[in-house]
Amino acid sequence: MAFKEILLNMGPQHPSTHGVLRLKVALDNEVVMKVTPVLGYLHRGMEKLFENRTYQQITPLTDRFDYLAAISNNLGYLLAVEKLMGIEVPKRAQYIRVIFTELQRLASHLAWVGFFANDIGAMSVLLYGFIEREDILEIFEEYSGARLTVHAFRVGGVPTDINDKIIDMINTFILKLPKRIADIETLLTGNRIWKHRTIGVGVISPEDAISLGLTGPSLRSTGIKWDIRKDIPYSSYQDFQFEVPTSANGDLYDRYVLRLEEIKQSMRIIRQALDTLPQGETLTKVPRVLKIAPGEVFHSIEAPKGELGFYIKSNGTDKPERVKMKSPSFINMQSLETMCLGNLFADIVAVLGSLDIVLGEIDK
Amino acid sequence: MSNSLAADLIIPIIKIIIVGLFPLIMVMVMVWLERRVVAFIQLRLGPNRVGFQGILQPIVDAIKLFFKEDITHTGVDKVLFNISPVLVLFSSILAFCFIPLGGTMQIGTYNLNFWVAESPVGLLLIIGISSISVFGVIFGGWSSNSKYPLLGALRSVVQILSYEIPVAFSVLSIIFFSQSMNMIDIVNRQKDAGIWYGFMLPVSFVIFWISVVAETNRAPFDLPEAESELVAGFHTEYSGIKFAYFYMAEYAHMVLASSLAVVLFFGGWLPPFPNVAALSFLHVIPGFVWYLLKIMFFLYLFIWIRGTFPRYRFDELVRLAWKWLIPLSLLNILVIAFVRSFA
Repeated sequence: MAFKEILLNMGPQHPSTHGVLRLKVALDNEVVMKVTPVLGYLHRGMEKLFENRTYQQITPLTDRFDYLAAISNNLGYLLAVEKLMGIEVPKRAQYIRVIFTELQRLASHLAWVGFFANDIGAMSVLLYGFIEREDILEIFEEYSGARLTVHAFRVGGVPTDINDKIIDMINTFILKLPKRIADIETLLTGNRIWKHRTIGVGVISPEDAISLGLTGPSLRSTGIKWDIRKDIPYSSYQDFQFEVPTSANGDLYDRYVLRLEEIKQSMRIIRQALDTLPQGETLTKVPRVLKIAPGEVFHSIEAPKGELGFYIKSNGTDKPERVKMKSPSFINMQSLETMCLGNLFADIVAVLGSLDIVLGEIDK
Repeated sequence: MSNSLAADLIIPIIKIIIVGLFPLIMVMVMVWLERRVVAFIQLRLGPNRVGFQGILQPIVDAIKLFFKEDITHTGVDKVLFNISPVLVLFSSILAFCFIPLGGTMQIGTYNLNFWVAESPVGLLLIIGISSISVFGVIFGGWSSNSKYPLLGALRSVVQILSYEIPVAFSVLSIIFFSQSMNMIDIVNRQKDAGIWYGFMLPVSFVIFWISVVAETNRAPFDLPEAESELVAGFHTEYSGIKFAYFYMAEYAHMVLASSLAVVLFFGGWLPPFPNVAALSFLHVIPGFVWYLLKIMFFLYLFIWIRGTFPRYRFDELVRLAWKWLIPLSLLNILVIAFVRSFA
């Protein structure tokens, strides 16, 4: 039976578009012929807003990009500013930054596993992931007072040192997480339905991945070993022993296994950072009115979702002339169509979930 | 005269009302139970505010849905749009008149049967009547004049048609042994055999249960209403009480499926080991209670499965039916027929 191509509008109000994304989908029966993302429903003009704020005032605003990994955004922006100023952050502060960004990576990946599983229909995993994420948010709350938009770092270091209570909280959390990860793996990894839904679905070749600018775990799932923490180390990442997991197939299952593996590696990094935490200052002296000499800089970090880069152009005043953000969700969205073509309609949702997009970061 | 009037008219009418209400009461219990149990599986609390442990939550939900605006958008085929929720709910409730909810109870000289109708082809009628609901789904999806419901309805038709076949085959293996399609006879034969058919024919039961979960559109086969893909599937455009009809029908179908599983495979109203003298004290408990306990187990199983498994994809679902369940059920039937005629 031949069907005419149907044009289906998915979103912006749809349960699984992760916010207010709109997809124009052309279907032949249930086979995807075309996917066109329509963006801008959450546009807040952040980059323009930055031009009217001082350098310090921008930091809390970066929390609102990827609200599931606010600390990574802070770090990406601050490293760019510090590079532009040419200041060195104290070693202790660098380690504390690593601990918190890795915790944020854990939180982001745990939430991702839940959302991804929920998109595929396993609804309980979402809550299991969130229970663990809750512990991380409590650590953040203890440190900075905020849970979601943490604003944990400052230009020149971190505002407060970590105390024993926070170290205890992190240690207990790290001890208990592997068991919970094992629970999630029992529910999903070996499950036949899960494998049917993920193996061989949403495949992208390494060549396509590179030409579409894919970064993060989705890129590494195609077999390309590219992790900025390892390849262009920042914030003392060179001090820590950790693996960059890769796999070869570039499908949804690989992305899932890879992220679980990254969770384990992040725990390794946190443990090392806590063990070898150097003594000393946590904040370099930075003038209150921060005027940066004219110049431009680009610095990128490995955020949980991929490469997060900030381009900053200064003009000698206390406000930047231009800030441009290279956000992983936005760039990764480009490969959605390549991954979906020829798959079934239900796979769009799964592929979209696997890319780990956050609309705050796409629309800026 | 008055005695026969009571026996022929009044008691049957009361029975019809009770049996008609029974699935609806079970629906209310299930709505509450599902939300609570899934919540506990997910380390949440679930509804626990309205009444004791939130037991009145379904009633509150129903009242809310009653008073919600009933939206009929433009471009709708009004007749089909209005008739389909009724069709879906009606078919599942009607099928209950052939389900024995318990054995025969002697009250004075009157034998009270716990079923409304007894038919020599009761099993066939139940399967037939409950299949009417697929029309409600098609009409509902088609008449909505919207794309998500249409896709949901298409999926639903393929799904229900595919899974009807293994259900029929697994039920056929029961008929080989009971040699009757009368639901009451089937239970009585299990009593005579001394063993519930579920333990005698485990393969048939497994095929039956998987297919029945698929036919009731429950997770992991809830594709027609796959929330993450099709919003709400065939009933996306429904609101208010019409939506509630679909909602109730889904649960009523679950109750029906569990009842069928219990009556066909697990001895209906019979206590465990009905012929063992040492356990005869179990007969003190009325058959209806046994039946209720057993269907509660299967209803719990529905919820448990939903809380655990991811969702099948459409092509995998059809493949499961045609490549695994149908050949397996055919083979099963062959083996059973062979054993039955030679052993």
